[in-house]
Amino acid sequence: MIDIIRARIHQKYRTIRFPDAPPPAMPDRFRGRLLIDTQRCTNGCRQCAEACPVEAITFTPDRQPVVDLGKCLFCDDCKRACPQEAISHSGDYRLAVRKHEHLSVKPEAALELAESLGGELKKLLGRSLKLRQVSAGGCNACEADVNVLGTVGWDLGRFGIQFVASPRHADGLLITGPVTQNMKSALLDTYEAVAKPKIVIAVGACALSGGPFINHSEVNNGADTLLPVDLYIPGCPPHPLTILDGLLRLLGRIPSARL
Amino acid sequence: MTVQPEMLTTINGRSVALDQIPRHDVKTFQHIVRREITGGQRAVSFFGAESGQPGCTDLFILLANDEYSELNILSTRIEGGQFPSMTPDCNQLHLFEREIAEQFGLKPEGHPWLKPVRYSGSSIQPGTGDFYRVEGEDIHEVSVGPVHAGIIEPGHFRFQCHGEHVYHLEIALGYQHRGVEKAMVEQPAKRALHYAETLAGDTSIGHATAYCQVVEALSGCKKTVRAQALRSIALELERLANHTGDLGAIANDIGFLPTASYCGRIRGDFLNMTALLCGNRFGRGMIIPGGTGYDMDDARIEELQERLSDGEKDAANAIELLFETPSVLARLEGKGLLPQDICKTLGIVGPAARASGLQRDVRHDQPSGIYRFVQLPLSSWDTCDVFARAYVRWLEIQQSIDFIREQLRAMPAGSIQAEIGPLKPRHLAVSLIEGWRGELCHVALTGETGAVTRYKIVDPSFHNWMGLAYAMRDQQISDFPLCNKSFNLSYCGHDL
Ligand code: SF4
Repeated sequence: MIDIIRARIHQKYRTIRFPDAPPPAMPDRFRGRLLIDTQRCTNGCRQCAEACPVEAITFTPDRQPVVDLGKCLFCDDCKRACPQEAISHSGDYRLAVRKHEHLSVKPEAALELAESLGGELKKLLGRSLKLRQVSAGGCNACEADVNVLGTVGWDLGRFGIQFVASPRHADGLLITGPVTQNMKSALLDTYEAVAKPKIVIAVGACALSGGPFINHSEVNNGADTLLPVDLYIPGCPPHPLTILDGLLRLLGRIPSARL
Repeated sequence: MTVQPEMLTTINGRSVALDQIPRHDVKTFQHIVRREITGGQRAVSFFGAESGQPGCTDLFILLANDEYSELNILSTRIEGGQFPSMTPDCNQLHLFEREIAEQFGLKPEGHPWLKPVRYSGSSIQPGTGDFYRVEGEDIHEVSVGPVHAGIIEPGHFRFQCHGEHVYHLEIALGYQHRGVEKAMVEQPAKRALHYAETLAGDTSIGHATAYCQVVEALSGCKKTVRAQALRSIALELERLANHTGDLGAIANDIGFLPTASYCGRIRGDFLNMTALLCGNRFGRGMIIPGGTGYDMDDARIEELQERLSDGEKDAANAIELLFETPSVLARLEGKGLLPQDICKTLGIVGPAARASGLQRDVRHDQPSGIYRFVQLPLSSWDTCDVFARAYVRWLEIQQSIDFIREQLRAMPAGSIQAEIGPLKPRHLAVSLIEGWRGELCHVALTGETGAVTRYKIVDPSFHNWMGLAYAMRDQQISDFPLCNKSFNLSYCGHDL
């Protein structure tokens, strides 16, 4: 017993204060959304788009790049391919949005960060959200960093958010993975089993678009090809802070000073 | 006439010309394989490939001779739709043969339990069809999954029980199948590294390194020593994060919450050290063909050294507490036995094998990269139980910390990138890495133009799921979570 108490003292109090205090610093090499300095782009050069493994960069008719944050793997391939060194990554962890179309952004435009649930749903779920997690393909990294939110460092429970063992106990689903053909029916059954009203949260590039497996015949291209999705959290995998920020935005729990 | 050798001998991280790989008739091939496996070699990979001849499929097998740090390759060409199964004599081939049946439509005649592995493109779903059944009064079946109670990947488990007592467990997977091996050949090459990084997200560094070694072997690329050192640091950090997390999860499953909660957090500290290297907690972007994506300057090295010392103190504090608590030991000792001879028969790898007293570790037996120059002491224990699988992790955590510290102290100078040339045509390259779960094996075959025509991946989970099923025999079903955690296998790594 005395050893347990000694260990407890050694390990200290570690829960972050966010969102009431600033979040912990992101790693200096963190790769957030793409920033493209279009002033530097030479006409007709599309080397970034060609290098991208998942066709996340497209161009408007007037040749302005558009990045699909749902597809983006937040890698270094486009940056490395750019002859003008016009590409960098933002250090901002905030990426979650409410609508699929908000995922496609011009690099200089502000993100339409997720708004809180409205009216009845907010009243119902704002202080207590029980989620069933369904892992439907993917690589288990998103699951790992969702799990991390349950550790003492993040303590998701303090927001009334909890992962539950049965869809019958849940207010909604948190889906990871592209939804493989082999998980499709299990996912749909689980969704059916959740009582109405229910919400769906998609986490990670796979669940948003198919991720690296986009267009494989073995997978669907993300959760919203099968179910209505209320919150999209980009990343491969998203940083735990990105996930937490998205969940809290959805519940309207980010203090306005930090919006 | 020159006599063809029985096997072509090579080493980890090399490529060989396809024409030099001996091709035998099926009978001779099987005779050699049986003899070598009975003699102590193990199958690291056994797979089919298009032969280019209608109605024929080539089979390749790679055998590891760990004593001599050698890999032996041989092949055969199957005409028609079947071949005699070797599984009855060489149990470790059971899943490889099922995979060959699924991928190439070749039936291993006499296979004792022929079922699909991943239900790829099939109309039947995983978890359906026949399962092994125990008959008798009061025997009942418990079926769990694919969707589990926690935040876990999908898999299906069928237990044959008498009350709490488990007679048999059969595990059905395939839910995570996303067609990666096929995509490595058919999709544009720019995706390949991203596939490797997402084969098993918790092993991004391991699989990315295995993939890069294959490309480097095929292009004759010589990595710099600095790149090799950085890669090994990343690989050992990955091991630290996962082993620490596993010990926390084991503590959680027996209700020992202090270690469970501390280790959950300390695991995050190790992941953040990987993010210090490359910006991503899972090491995405760190390993690229020819070297590494990121370098470390002196300030970063110092920062990592400091964080490593803190992590070491916290981990020691949390984990020693676990192993010093008698009620904890009582829950771990003697549970989930996987005897050493069964380990050998099933071809178990990684900490699970070392916990059954086997001296088996790629870093030791088939070293590549920096491990050729730096000897890492092998950690093993011989009680074959949950305790051993937990304790080996703790031993390895200490070894990995020492190893990283040593690398950081004497970081070789130089560049982090070497040139990657075109891939050699008609070659086979093999790459083994000791990931935190055990041996990762990547093999690539190239065609006339140098393009990859076959890519074969073996995650350690592919070998080890059967070990978990075996370890559950004669256990209480309520100990399943504990036994499961002591292996902590990958679903997506198995399902590809
Ligand atoms: S970061 Fe990677 S995935 Fe995202 S747009 Fe650039 S190349 Fe594509």
